[in-house]
Amino acid sequence: MKNNDKQYNKYTPVIGLEVHVELKTNSKMFCRCSADYFGNKPNTHTCPVCLGLPGALPVPNKTAIEWCMKIGLALNCNLPLVSKFDRKNYFYPDLAKGYQISQYDEPFALGGYIEVFKEKGSQEIKKIGITRVHMEEDTGKLVHETVDGKKVSLIDFNRSGVPLVEIVTEPDFENEYQVVQYLQKLQKIVRYLDVSNADMEKGDMRLEPNISLRTIHHPEQSEGSTDSSAKPQNDKFELPNYKVEVKNINSFRFVEKAILYEIKRHQEILDKGETPVQETRGWDEAHQRTVSQRIKEEANDYRYFPEPDIPPLKWTQNYIEQLKSSLPELPDQKIKRFEKDFALSYYDAEILTRDILLANYYEEAVKVNQELGIKNQENKYPKVIANWIINKKVDTEKTPPSQLIKQITQETKVSEISDEDLNSIIDTVISENKKAVDDFKKGHENVIMYLVGQVMKTARQKIAPDRVKSLLLARLK
Amino acid sequence: MDLHTLTLTQAKEKLAKKEISSVELTRAYLDRIKTLDQKLNAFVTVTEDEALKNAEHADKLIAHGEDLPLLGIPLAIKDNFSTKGIRTTASSKVLDTYVPPFDSTVVKRLKDAGMVMLGKANMDAWAHGSSTETSDFGTTKNPWNTDFLPGGSSGGSAAAVAANESVASIGSETAGSIRQPASWCGVVGLKPTYGRVSRYGVVAMASSTDSPGPITKTVEDSARILQILAGVDVHDATTSPTQPENYVAAIRDSIQGITIGISDDYREGVDPEVQAKIDEAIKVYERLGAKIKNIKLFSPKYAIAVYTILQRSEVSSNLARYDGIRYGNDRSHFGDEAKRRVMLGTYTLSAGYYDAYYKKAQKVRTIIVEDFTTAFKDVDIIISATSPSAALPLGSSKNHPMFGEMADILVEPSSIAGLPGINIPVGLTQAGLPVGMQIMGPQWSEKKILQVAQKFEEETEFHTLKPSL
Amino acid sequence: MRGNLSTRLLRHNTPRNDKKLNMKIDVKHIAKLANLPLSVDEEKKFEQQLADTLNYIEELNEVNTEGIEITPQVTGLENVLEEDTVRPSLTQDEATANAKNSHNGFFIVPAILEENA
Repeated sequence: MKNNDKQYNKYTPVIGLEVHVELKTNSKMFCRCSADYFGNKPNTHTCPVCLGLPGALPVPNKTAIEWCMKIGLALNCNLPLVSKFDRKNYFYPDLAKGYQISQYDEPFALGGYIEVFKEKGSQEIKKIGITRVHMEEDTGKLVHETVDGKKVSLIDFNRSGVPLVEIVTEPDFENEYQVVQYLQKLQKIVRYLDVSNADMEKGDMRLEPNISLRTIHHPEQSEGSTDSSAKPQNDKFELPNYKVEVKNINSFRFVEKAILYEIKRHQEILDKGETPVQETRGWDEAHQRTVSQRIKEEANDYRYFPEPDIPPLKWTQNYIEQLKSSLPELPDQKIKRFEKDFALSYYDAEILTRDILLANYYEEAVKVNQELGIKNQENKYPKVIANWIINKKVDTEKTPPSQLIKQITQETKVSEISDEDLNSIIDTVISENKKAVDDFKKGHENVIMYLVGQVMKTARQKIAPDRVKSLLLARLK
Repeated sequence: MDLHTLTLTQAKEKLAKKEISSVELTRAYLDRIKTLDQKLNAFVTVTEDEALKNAEHADKLIAHGEDLPLLGIPLAIKDNFSTKGIRTTASSKVLDTYVPPFDSTVVKRLKDAGMVMLGKANMDAWAHGSSTETSDFGTTKNPWNTDFLPGGSSGGSAAAVAANESVASIGSETAGSIRQPASWCGVVGLKPTYGRVSRYGVVAMASSTDSPGPITKTVEDSARILQILAGVDVHDATTSPTQPENYVAAIRDSIQGITIGISDDYREGVDPEVQAKIDEAIKVYERLGAKIKNIKLFSPKYAIAVYTILQRSEVSSNLARYDGIRYGNDRSHFGDEAKRRVMLGTYTLSAGYYDAYYKKAQKVRTIIVEDFTTAFKDVDIIISATSPSAALPLGSSKNHPMFGEMADILVEPSSIAGLPGINIPVGLTQAGLPVGMQIMGPQWSEKKILQVAQKFEEETEFHTLKPSL
Repeated sequence: MRGNLSTRLLRHNTPRNDKKLNMKIDVKHIAKLANLPLSVDEEKKFEQQLADTLNYIEELNEVNTEGIEITPQVTGLENVLEEDTVRPSLTQDEATANAKNSHNGFFIVPAILEENA
């Protein structure tokens, strides 16, 4: 039998992510209409600019740009000193001007990263590269309805012109776990910066993964061969010759499902020796699948050119440094500090820092505790407070930190009762519980806890259980 | 007295002295429009009721001793300026039903200054042209000879002033659209520095060169209107925070010692009759003590290509919003010229062609800008003919896709560079058509070019010539 | 001496595009990109006219632009930004007044065929 190299294919997902974050500025990106459009009557938040009336001109929102740059800094990006806006030209009924003011080749931020864990349960870090962070304006909203028996699309321009920050990653994701972590981190970061509510359900955080599979060839080692050169190169590889974009994803759960669905779908196609079609698909939650979008996939020629109505932006290094120092403590930094200063596990620190308000609440509680000079019990109190908040579902809105501390103190307060008094109570309990004592002596060790309970009950105080137990045991001998 | 022959300055004086009322003045112009405009077609919309109402109100204010710079003065506004509650069409069928819910900044400033609006003036549709023949509402005729074109795109505005259908008017220039029709109609047309006057509310043509400006009977009138319009606007991010100067006060200042540049590059292709008038005008300045210097300038012929590409590229994008959904009619209502320009602009921006066309044009623009900067180190202002010829006959622009660009060859370079320029009448051809001369200056030199123009007016009578209508 | 700039530029002539007379635009494709519905006759007519225009602008190739930066903004302005304060919007009536078709305050168009078969 000839020694044939039997090749079997293994696939690795190659995933990139495009996220749009809606900023919660007061006014829109290029006009001063209120940006707070959600839930309002249609076309009540518009003006000549965001409605695309003849002669209207854009004037950029200072705060929006600042916030976009802060996001870039929080993602470890480099902020170029020169930037500008460009026109992205295409036609769609929800695009009032027939072009979107966006950024093409000189965005506000470039080249950053976010770290995630490589696999579930692994401590190995995977760095996800951020290609760029740029500013653009949102479109109006289309609603499909039937009016007078005819199928129509209704257009509301309240959302037209609201500031959007677009964050694009390198195709660095290898699995859906990394993607979800990234999204959770990104959401946390923009919430910490207080620039967006990043609420996927409300549409102020939108995402589009692009997915493909990379084939890794493992030539099977022939008998007797010591050829071990078949290691897959993970560092630099050629990108697959296709990619599929998925839209209509409204939650982290959908992302996971959509990615897993696509991976499987691509696998099946590739196994047949074919290549998946490069296209845009939509997640169909009702049928738990992705579906090809009907829109003709002609590569759109956006004919980008510099926006003539908006002069360029030029920053000084000084200004960039100023922005940097104005950033609040970011989630990862906070987690590390909680781990160090409060002796918390990563797990606990992560939970407490998920919401900046909760993190602040926790720190306030620890501070209150320290100020009250409550006995530290070997520095365990920050951990005790953490456990309390995490496990006992504290209503942080109704319970001010000082009250929480009072609660904890009371319930963990341990009696200062003397050994002598305690022993006399123990003796009483022993005499009143002859059967239990007999059971214990017969070898039912668990009964000790019942007796401990009885001691506590009689004493009507909280006494350290370990202390009661050891004295009891001594007495029973 | 013939009220319709008054200049702005004269009208203001008479109103202040209570010799005339604004209502009388306004009626005089409205009557004139009724008499002439059937033939001239300078107006798309005449706002008779509004005008009389405003005039009455102005008279009341004047009676109370109020003084605003344009109080009670009747003006015509080019129909690409948004006027709240009043139809604004840009002379296109696409917008023939459009009524803006807001005023352009220019109109707002004029209203605040007390103007009476007579109506909206005809233009090349979308400002795409130098003849006014591409208007979807019929061409405007040149008041000097109604078999001839008025020029464009502010043809209606220029004709209205020349025919005394209005005291003055407002036009806009992308490359020649104020100066050239002013030249062909024998009136004063000022294109300010790009960024001197707000474009907010003006139907956009080429965003990087569009400049609103006044068309008037005299240079002083021009200064008065510029004074109202000039200044930074929060609604237009390309307006300059540079304080406007006091143009009116400085207009009669001396121009002693000024150096005037003239260039052979700007004589190429100019009608001998036209150039002769320019040469005579130069002699006037020599008499006044100006130094004349021959300079070399970057050939205007390249400006045609630069302008064609940049303008059509920006036009293709600026006209994308006209889809008939939120206002107006759908895109099938565009005229041929608009369609051509949109398509060419789409092409020059498209993938694979952007570098060769749009980017190349923007680079040559840099050369043009630098060429002027260098020139203005040696001379204070530059003078040349405004247009290579006097007015051309009706029909000249039809089926000639480059008509406008060729007619505007001498004004395109300064427009591309965003520089100010003024046209003043310097005589008539043998055929009785006006010849215009342009005075160009560096950025923000409106004061100087107005002074230079004023001196010529003081020395000559050409600005008093009027067509016999 | 004045004129150095222009003469210097013209010295380095780039050969003219000798395909000049055959410059053609794919009118069908461009019209689609530009969202302009054209009849077949119009396509033919415009193809010639646009080719004529292209011939004129080919002259630009004579100009040497090596090392020259673009000028998208002649004003020289930078960082023109506005503070994030709200100004009143148009009313719903004002916003929809010019629409040929509106419905309950919405603009209305025939259904846009979109996703999910």
